[in-house]
Amino acid sequence: MTAPSPLLVVRELSVRNGSSAAARTIVDRLSFSVHAERVALVGESGSGKSLTTRAIMGLLPAPLMASAAELRFDATNLLELGPRDWAVLRGSRLALVLQDPRHALNPVQSVGHQLDEMVRLHGAYSRAERRERIEAMLQAVGLTVRVLGLLPQQLSGGIGQRVVLAMMLLNGPQLLIADEPTSALDVALRDQVLELICELVSTRGMGLLLISHDLQQVARYCDRALVMYSGRIVDECAAAALPHSTHPYTRALWSCRPSGRTYGTELPVLDPNWQIEEPG
Amino acid sequence: MRATQNQGGDIQIRDLQVEFGAGQRARRVLDALDLTVVDGETFGIFGPSGCGKSTLLRVLAGIELHWSGYIRLFEHTLELRTSYRGSLRRAVQMVFQDPYASLHPRHTIERVLVEPLQVHRIPRPRRVALEALEEVGLPATLAHRYPQQLSGGQRQRVAIARALLLKPRLLLLDEPTSALDLSAQAGILNLLNRLKPRHPMTLILVSHDRGVIAHLCDRAAQMRNGRIEQLLDRAELSQE
Repeated sequence: MTAPSPLLVVRELSVRNGSSAAARTIVDRLSFSVHAERVALVGESGSGKSLTTRAIMGLLPAPLMASAAELRFDATNLLELGPRDWAVLRGSRLALVLQDPRHALNPVQSVGHQLDEMVRLHGAYSRAERRERIEAMLQAVGLTVRVLGLLPQQLSGGIGQRVVLAMMLLNGPQLLIADEPTSALDVALRDQVLELICELVSTRGMGLLLISHDLQQVARYCDRALVMYSGRIVDECAAAALPHSTHPYTRALWSCRPSGRTYGTELPVLDPNWQIEEPG
Repeated sequence: MRATQNQGGDIQIRDLQVEFGAGQRARRVLDALDLTVVDGETFGIFGPSGCGKSTLLRVLAGIELHWSGYIRLFEHTLELRTSYRGSLRRAVQMVFQDPYASLHPRHTIERVLVEPLQVHRIPRPRRVALEALEEVGLPATLAHRYPQQLSGGQRQRVAIARALLLKPRLLLLDEPTSALDLSAQAGILNLLNRLKPRHPMTLILVSHDRGVIAHLCDRAAQMRNGRIEQLLDRAELSQE
C-alpha cells in the first residue's frame, strides 16, 4: 500500500554543532524517505537518531544547525518554513510523540484542557464538536472521559503515553514521528502501546517514523528499518529481515540482547577499547 | 532445606513488611514476604514498577530501616530500625541504577575508590583502587577523571569496582543496566559473569528486564504487589 509519492523526503540532511569550520558533524548527509508505512530509525544513544527527528520537525536547540539538499513533507518544503508555518504544521499534519509523557504534557493544566487546546489551535470547531472529537479519540486510544479532569502527574506512564498519542492524533496527521515512545514504560506496557500506535497508524493510512534502540521491537512492528551509527545510515533492510542482516553493526545490535538462551555465554559488544566518550 | 551445612551463608527473609505513610494513607510496599537466597547463588528479582523489588533490595542493603519481620544475613540476625554495624558494613555492598547519580560529581574516580578503603583501613588503598579499575576493564588513566567525563557504561563499571573493593559477601544490584545502551549493557553483563568466579559472593539482581535476569541468574523470583508471585529455577529461566 505504498503511495505514489513519499510523505517525507530527506536528502543529505546534516546536523552540525555550530556553523564554524571546526563544528562537529553529528548527523552526516542522511537520506531516506517515508511513505504511508512504518519505518524505524534504529541505533544507540549518540547515533543521531533523535537529532534527525528534531531536524525534521524544525526543533533543533540553539547551537545545532541543520542543512539539507531536500527536506520535504508531502508538498511542503520544510527548509523554507517560518515560525508561524511550523506552528500550523506541527500537531496537525505532522505529529511527534516523545519518550516520557510526564515531560511532554504541561504539568499545571488538566488533560482535558490540553486536548481541547490542541483541537482549538488547529481548527474552527464549536465547543460541542471539540468535545465529540476528543471523546472519540480517547475511545480510540482506550481511555475514558475520566482522564480529562486529571493532571499529568496523576497519570501512570502507560495512560500518559495514551493521552499524548490521543493529543497527537486529534487533528488527523499524515505522519507520526515517535521518538522512543515506549522506553519510559514498563516492559509489559511497551507492546500494548506500540500495538496501539501501529493499529491507529494503519487504520488511518498514516506514515510512522519510529525511533528505537530495540531491534526486536522494530522487527515486530515495522515494515522497514534504517540502522544508524555515528550520524549515518549504515544498514537498511526490511524490518523482518533484521535477524538475518549481514552488516556487522546490525548483527551485534541484534545479538547483544540477553535472554535465557544466552545464559553462560559472552554477549557480543561493539566497542572493546573504552575510550573517553562525550557524555550525553 | 533446614539445617544444611551452608545455612550460615544463606539469606533468610520471613514475613517481611514495609509500609510507607501512616494511618489511612499507609501503603504496604512489601507484604508478608518470604524468601531464601542460598549462599553463592545469583538470584534475580523482577516485576513491574511499584511491585516492591527495589524496596526489598534497600532493606537488605540496610538503607531502608522501617521494616518488620525476620531477616537473617549469613550469621547475623538483623535488628529492627538499626543501621548495619561492624562486619556487615563491608559484607553488603550495592550498585545503583543510575551511574550519573551514584558517584560524587566533584570527586575523581580515584577518590571515589580510595575513600571506602581508607574508611576500612585497608593498606595501600591507591594501589588496590587501581587494581580494581583494571579488573573492571578500565584503564588506570581514568583514575584522575571526574564521573561526568565518563560514559554511562564506564561509570557503572566504576560503581561495580567500588562495590567489590571491600570484598562483599552479598552484592546487591538495583537495575544496574537499565540506564545503559544495549551494547553497554552487554559489556556490564559480561563483566559480572567474569567477576563472579573470582569473587565468591551472593548476588541479588533486581531488574524489570526478564532477559537480563534470565541471562545472569541461577534462580529468580517474580514479584507483584509486595509479594513473591513465582519462583523460577534455571530450567524455567532458560525458557525466557
